[in-house]
Amino acid sequence: MSIDLATPLPNVLPDDAPFRLIGDTGKAVPPKQRKGFELPSIETLSLIYRKMVVARRWDTQVTALTRQGRLSTYPSARGQEASELGTVIAMRPTDWLFPTYRDSIAVLTRGVPTAEILTSFRGDWHCGWDPHEYSTAPQVTPLATQLLHAVGLATAAKLKGDPIAAVTFIGDGATSEGDSHEAFNFAGVWQAPTVFVIQNNQFAISVPYSKQTRARMLADRAVGYGIPGFHVDGNDAAAVYAVVSSALERARSGGGPTMIECLTYRTEPHTNSDDPSRYRNSKEVDAWRAKDPIERLERYLLSEGALTDADRESINAEAEEGARAMRDALNKDPVLDPLELFDHVYFAERPALKEQREALASELASRGSAGRTGGGE
Amino acid sequence: MAKNSAAAADSATVTMASALNRAMREALSEDSSVVIFGEDVGPLGGVFRITDGLTRDFGENRVWDSPLAESGIIGTAIGMAMYGMRPIVEMQFDAFSYPAFEQVVSHVAKMHNRTRGAVRLPMVIRIPTSGGIGGVEHHSDSSEAYWTHTPGLTVVTPSNPADAYSMLLEAIRSDDPVIFLEPKSRYWMKEKSEGNLEPLPMNRARVVREGTDVTLIAYGPTVSVALETAELGTHEGLSVEVIDLRSLSPFDDETVGASVRKTHRAAVIHEAAQFGGYGAEVAARVTEREFYHLAAPILRITGADTPFPAPLLEKFYLPNPERILDSLSTWQWED
Repeated sequence: MSIDLATPLPNVLPDDAPFRLIGDTGKAVPPKQRKGFELPSIETLSLIYRKMVVARRWDTQVTALTRQGRLSTYPSARGQEASELGTVIAMRPTDWLFPTYRDSIAVLTRGVPTAEILTSFRGDWHCGWDPHEYSTAPQVTPLATQLLHAVGLATAAKLKGDPIAAVTFIGDGATSEGDSHEAFNFAGVWQAPTVFVIQNNQFAISVPYSKQTRARMLADRAVGYGIPGFHVDGNDAAAVYAVVSSALERARSGGGPTMIECLTYRTEPHTNSDDPSRYRNSKEVDAWRAKDPIERLERYLLSEGALTDADRESINAEAEEGARAMRDALNKDPVLDPLELFDHVYFAERPALKEQREALASELASRGSAGRTGGGE
Repeated sequence: MAKNSAAAADSATVTMASALNRAMREALSEDSSVVIFGEDVGPLGGVFRITDGLTRDFGENRVWDSPLAESGIIGTAIGMAMYGMRPIVEMQFDAFSYPAFEQVVSHVAKMHNRTRGAVRLPMVIRIPTSGGIGGVEHHSDSSEAYWTHTPGLTVVTPSNPADAYSMLLEAIRSDDPVIFLEPKSRYWMKEKSEGNLEPLPMNRARVVREGTDVTLIAYGPTVSVALETAELGTHEGLSVEVIDLRSLSPFDDETVGASVRKTHRAAVIHEAAQFGGYGAEVAARVTEREFYHLAAPILRITGADTPFPAPLLEKFYLPNPERILDSLSTWQWED
């Protein structure tokens, strides 16, 4: 690919303090401290607020159903709603998202139906939706591998002249994986229209940030790849939205990739099978719960007179409806076809797989099962 | 540009290297979604010059040098394929593909299945493979069993220029990801006898020499070794049939089975170490299907169960015609 060496390289490290547009107390920071970013409109912030409330209700319900055994596992994103949805709401439907297993609420906000998101956590297939339909890749588990897919897709779009960008989430732990380095570097060299959103939630299962890196912050890495880097308060939805929006705009107009570190906190266990009491103290968790991203935005909207009782009612109704739809979806037993095991391994037909398929079919027939089973059996 | 595969490679002067180059030229010409990238594949033409002249003729937006990172190469190719491109990527040497192992086995192989066929990854991973060129450590591995053991991958390996041309074109046009193993010891060989090979689909094995006493099952670099063995065998009154598998996954049960039913004896020849190797699969598979036609156990005549040796020692490691004939003589030949 032709490389434009005339592109000026950023040479400024991010500030120590994460960038904010709305402070802890719900007050907008003075225009002078906004570093050229604009506070998103009330309409945008109201939408983000609405979607965060809906997402948290959904996340809470999924966690509850996981405890009841309806799902085999669920990694919650509670407390990270501003990073997740500030990012996703800044995207266009044609931009691509490459999420991880923790980013279910981002996938939900992209418009993927509940039942299709929970397919993998329930255990009936590894991915439940058509990625092309929602421009949303499957949630990955092998950490940092998806960053390279995002860079590749973004590069393909650039080669075709399509004005889209690829956004990918990665956690602090996964920035220790070699693929993250390769992805940041490829994106820089190829000027791929990619936005890397690092959600630094400070824990990789049990291992704290300090055991992943000596670096002051992860966003410092950007300068080493010759790409812009931002250190953002990940619990400030307004700041996340503003910085991601400008990165997307830059990406779509040929300005290359951006690395954005959203500093946040995983207030929940890693998954339902984790025990955080073994590795962190509850005072720290409580301190971060007090910095709740939804409450912060709510205070701002209230102070602006932009959140009425009628709004709250409508938002809560939408949230309850989302939770109800999800409960309904999960209360139906999945329809499993054991013979589908063989159907998608290859695009081209394989005689040897057909043999194995037929063998399973006759095994099932000899047991007196027609082959289709409900999940409850 | 020649459109007929047999005609294109129908010349005694064609090497496998130039046949591969011609296939990529044709693919680049006929389909704008085909792109090529990897280490040194641009102006240099790759360390083996297989992509020679392609950047010059098709431009840097079609054929370009990537950063030196194999996982990055495969990972970005996945994203490109998701967006409708048909990337052809080169791993510089067999053992240098290992940093990309995770991307290949966890994503290239699984994406189609994971998404119930919604996402296809039409990509070709070219890997110069195996020994015989006096390479220093990490430049001579035969890694096929890692790939063939992974459901979701198609693994093929040509042994001659005509097949190299037609199989690479078919691999590029395939909607499944293909691991394309190029036996680097064959890159520069000019083989007259193969100019008029009948075109055969990529997934079929080819009987390259007919015989009645024993079937040698070979692929990639060992096909010529098996043919030499067959020639040498005639002096001992042995009629040797040689099969070039061409496709390692899927395996052509039909062609191999028919041969074994005729000769009743078979040996698999490969460069890779024996234990847990591809030959074990061939032996087990053919035995399960053709047991009553076999007069003797299927032999594996392979590299030793050692790491691939230093260049001055590789001739002791690699299977050669004398060793193969000696191994065949261990069978009890009288009924």
